[in-house]
Amino acid sequence: MLIDYVGVKEINGSLIVIDGVKGVSNEEIVDIRLDNGTVRQGRVVQIEGERIVVQVFEGTRNISLVNAKVRLSGHPMEQALSPEIIGRVLDGAGRPADGLGEIFPEKSRNINGTPINPVSRVYPTNYINTGISTIDTLMTLIRGQKLPIFSGSGMKHNDLAVQIVRQARISGATEDNFCVVFAAMGVQKDVAEYFRKSFEESGVLSHVVMLLNLSSDPIIERTLTPRCALTIAEYLAFDLDMHVLVIMTDMTSYAEALREFSSSKGEIPGRKGYPGYLYSDLASIYERAGMIKGHEGSVTQIPILTMPNDDITHPIPDLTGYITEGQITLDRALQGQGYYPPVAVLPSLSRLMKDGIGEGFTRADHQPLANQLFASYAKVIDARSLASVIGEEELSPIDKKYMEFGKLFETRFVNQGFTEDRDITESLDLGWELLSTLPRSELDRVDDELLDKYYKG
Amino acid sequence: MNNNVIFGINGPVITIKGPTEFKMMEMVHVGEENLVGEIIGITDDYTTVQVYEETTGLKPGDPITGTGNPMNVLLGPGILDNMFDGIERPLKAIEKQSGAFINRGSKVDNLDSDKLWDVTMKVKPGDKLSAGEIYATIPETRIIEHRLMVPPAISGEITEVMPDGQYKLFDTVARIKDEYGNIHDLTLCQKWPIRYSRPIEQRLSTNVPLITGQRTMDTMFPIAKGGTAAIPGGFGTGKTMNQHQLAKWSDADIIVYVGCGERGNEMSQVLEEFSGLVDPKSGRPMTDRTVLIANTSNMPVAAREASIYTGITLAEYYRDMGYDVAIMADSTSRWAEALREISGRLEEMPAEEGFPAYLPSRLAEFYERAGRVKTLSHDNGSVTIIGAVSPQGADFSEPVTQNTKRFTRVFWALDKALAYARHYPAINWMDSYSEYFNDLDPWFNEHLGSDFVECRNRFSTILQEESALMEIVKLIGSDVLPDDQKLVIETAKVIRVGFLQQNAFHKEDTYVPLEKQLKMMQVILHLYDKSKEVIAKEIPISKLLALGIFDKLTKIKYDIPNDKLEMFDDYNKEIDEKIDSIL
Repeated sequence: MLIDYVGVKEINGSLIVIDGVKGVSNEEIVDIRLDNGTVRQGRVVQIEGERIVVQVFEGTRNISLVNAKVRLSGHPMEQALSPEIIGRVLDGAGRPADGLGEIFPEKSRNINGTPINPVSRVYPTNYINTGISTIDTLMTLIRGQKLPIFSGSGMKHNDLAVQIVRQARISGATEDNFCVVFAAMGVQKDVAEYFRKSFEESGVLSHVVMLLNLSSDPIIERTLTPRCALTIAEYLAFDLDMHVLVIMTDMTSYAEALREFSSSKGEIPGRKGYPGYLYSDLASIYERAGMIKGHEGSVTQIPILTMPNDDITHPIPDLTGYITEGQITLDRALQGQGYYPPVAVLPSLSRLMKDGIGEGFTRADHQPLANQLFASYAKVIDARSLASVIGEEELSPIDKKYMEFGKLFETRFVNQGFTEDRDITESLDLGWELLSTLPRSELDRVDDELLDKYYKG
Repeated sequence: MNNNVIFGINGPVITIKGPTEFKMMEMVHVGEENLVGEIIGITDDYTTVQVYEETTGLKPGDPITGTGNPMNVLLGPGILDNMFDGIERPLKAIEKQSGAFINRGSKVDNLDSDKLWDVTMKVKPGDKLSAGEIYATIPETRIIEHRLMVPPAISGEITEVMPDGQYKLFDTVARIKDEYGNIHDLTLCQKWPIRYSRPIEQRLSTNVPLITGQRTMDTMFPIAKGGTAAIPGGFGTGKTMNQHQLAKWSDADIIVYVGCGERGNEMSQVLEEFSGLVDPKSGRPMTDRTVLIANTSNMPVAAREASIYTGITLAEYYRDMGYDVAIMADSTSRWAEALREISGRLEEMPAEEGFPAYLPSRLAEFYERAGRVKTLSHDNGSVTIIGAVSPQGADFSEPVTQNTKRFTRVFWALDKALAYARHYPAINWMDSYSEYFNDLDPWFNEHLGSDFVECRNRFSTILQEESALMEIVKLIGSDVLPDDQKLVIETAKVIRVGFLQQNAFHKEDTYVPLEKQLKMMQVILHLYDKSKEVIAKEIPISKLLALGIFDKLTKIKYDIPNDKLEMFDDYNKEIDEKIDSIL
């Protein structure tokens, strides 16, 4: 039914209201034709009888009450999918943006996806060796996990993400069935370019699908970008049996776009003006990681978010942390001291780690070693705060030992070259070497058997 | 009748124009695909429906049909060892029908209606039965006997009884004639509206502890069977881990685990882990006594709101058979957020932080459904509610935590600093509390001797003292403290590392019987008392610590197996000998 509805009733931010529309369905995609010939896309977000509210992806600039014609498409927002999509560059709404022509769709899927049935999920237990000591030893990344990087403006999260992509060794993945889906939301052009160049240098570019919504691109389109990216990732993983690593940056820009959309719709705001459904909305993105029974492939997510004012209790990192299976937190003070990657060990965590490490996966001593490193490093922090009050000289001998251990831990274990690829055994041995600088009686998280084997103090 | 059609759509909220004949909270079917919904608002102009599934693609003009009944669940054999979504649709059956991804409008039976159950009749014609009394039993799993009860509101004389044998869910196994002469068929199942609590004969006092095998919970902050507890904590503090431990080890007969707006991988973990785990009491897989309700965070938000009620209704049903049921709700904050989201769509006036003003009353209603009761079948049963709370920014002053605190009597506060130091369970011993001490202490005295309560009180005193001393240490270091205060700090360290800390992944330490908990307390306090003698003689504490006995006690949890408690005697002897050697 190709009816053009002429005229708009109301324009408010990115929303337009149209009256007298018949046969419209919820979440349907509409084309908006302006009288200068340009076509924009929009989505129906609210229906009240014949009055509909449409969210315009490209923004409402230049739309007047009389110059637009609206046509219903008859289907919800869909992503065109085909094996040829690998290696392509798309815009934020999943349309080709590399000048190489349209994607001939083998399939089209609703970008909202459908939830994976919990009984169909495979509980992820295969670890991914990233070659980074802190991550492999203390917050092991597991295939099918969603593990975000909590960072701040000006920190080296992009370098870390690139290093993970370059060094990741996923069990079961070969050159042919490994690929990366990269979704940029509201990032600057040079950041996107940096990723592209790094992928090229490490030779994975032909296995990358890039979706770019740059900071100058329409904000509403940004709310679609992660959904298009994950629809592609699910297709690659569960239709084509590939191991997909999804990198999404920056989730903060995404959430801000969502807030803008919500407030223009006149919704009641929750904390810090973000909509009350921010948790459900973020969950509908993050939960699309995992593995499914009967399928070879996997979707592993590494979302990156910059914490406003480095505040981990800000709604975006807070709600993200409640959904994702842990987090890698970066620390500005560590970066200031010149350590790379500046991973703040204590607030970082991988929830799936416990079942993907140890005997048969990494090494039997992995979990106790990690516990001990966490516990000992927590004592370093206590000793430091005491030293800042009474001076380092006045510390008890044992606290001084911890101060030394802390220094060594940061310079040798946390600190690592951008191109340095450490094997898991190497990282674990290094951990023991550092713990051996502490008295044996301080190591209360490890049983004697392991201490006999690995403690060299 | 069927002229009700969709007028407006806003997310999961749908409006119908004009007056309708629907009742408040009636269950309805929406659209061609028969999506499940519930009436949540009626005015002269509009009727508002909350839809439990994705509303993408619905159109104005699509039909809405009523069912005449409030939102209800089907209760009968087949609930255990099963996994449902928020409105009691079995996920395994959905998987069979629509594959790995959940399509909406899935039409599946709530319970398997083709399966044959071995029914043993417990009544004969002429028996007088009142509501809630048992007329037949079925071995539902190898450890749980399902008892079929006369539905509430029906009572009378049994007129007909089928022979023992195999029957399907909807087969009539008996008939009952009520006082008005109406004959009712009794099948293997009944329905119950989820938002109403099931009737009981009488509430009993909560004076039996729920034994969890978790030291911090059993000893320091015990919960009663039929009690309520909250586990609040920021992300990464171990709420889910604690809930899993409770589900695995607590001595309830039935566990209802509600994954409310949480992670999908977590639910698959529960499923995998529980089927691999063997219940120490029965030797059967844990799943034989477990019901899982999984409404993960990306499943429809309205069904998330309902999942809590579905869970508690199933729990009450088994309680009515005379079982002790524990329900874990992970997490009630996600449920509160679902309330907020729907309230926002209804454009209701928000109270604190955007949550609706009725949040406290809804929370109260939910926690009030816990209790230890005398059932209508004249048996004792209980429902214990353990709700996780995920406060925003780990800030316990937010509305969900604060209101939950008002309606629960045990508060296991999880602490970020402890979690960062990998002290698990990260239950902060200063912020947590239990209001069940008075109710439960007689039980502990009777079953474990008066020493248990006494040891616990001494433990909390030492921990309190330590916390005060640590304030000083933070400012000036520990060197300046006198030796008797240093001893408090050293003893508290043994308590924290050796007793409060518990390793869920260690095969001995994951579950610790009460007897061992008591012995552990006794041996630590014995060391403390003996050490005081040393300090009194002005022997420096460094000499005492050099004996290595403090370090040894911190490893007692690993070194003494749960079934070799006589080894504690050796420890006591060693303490005496070593300390006497320096006295």
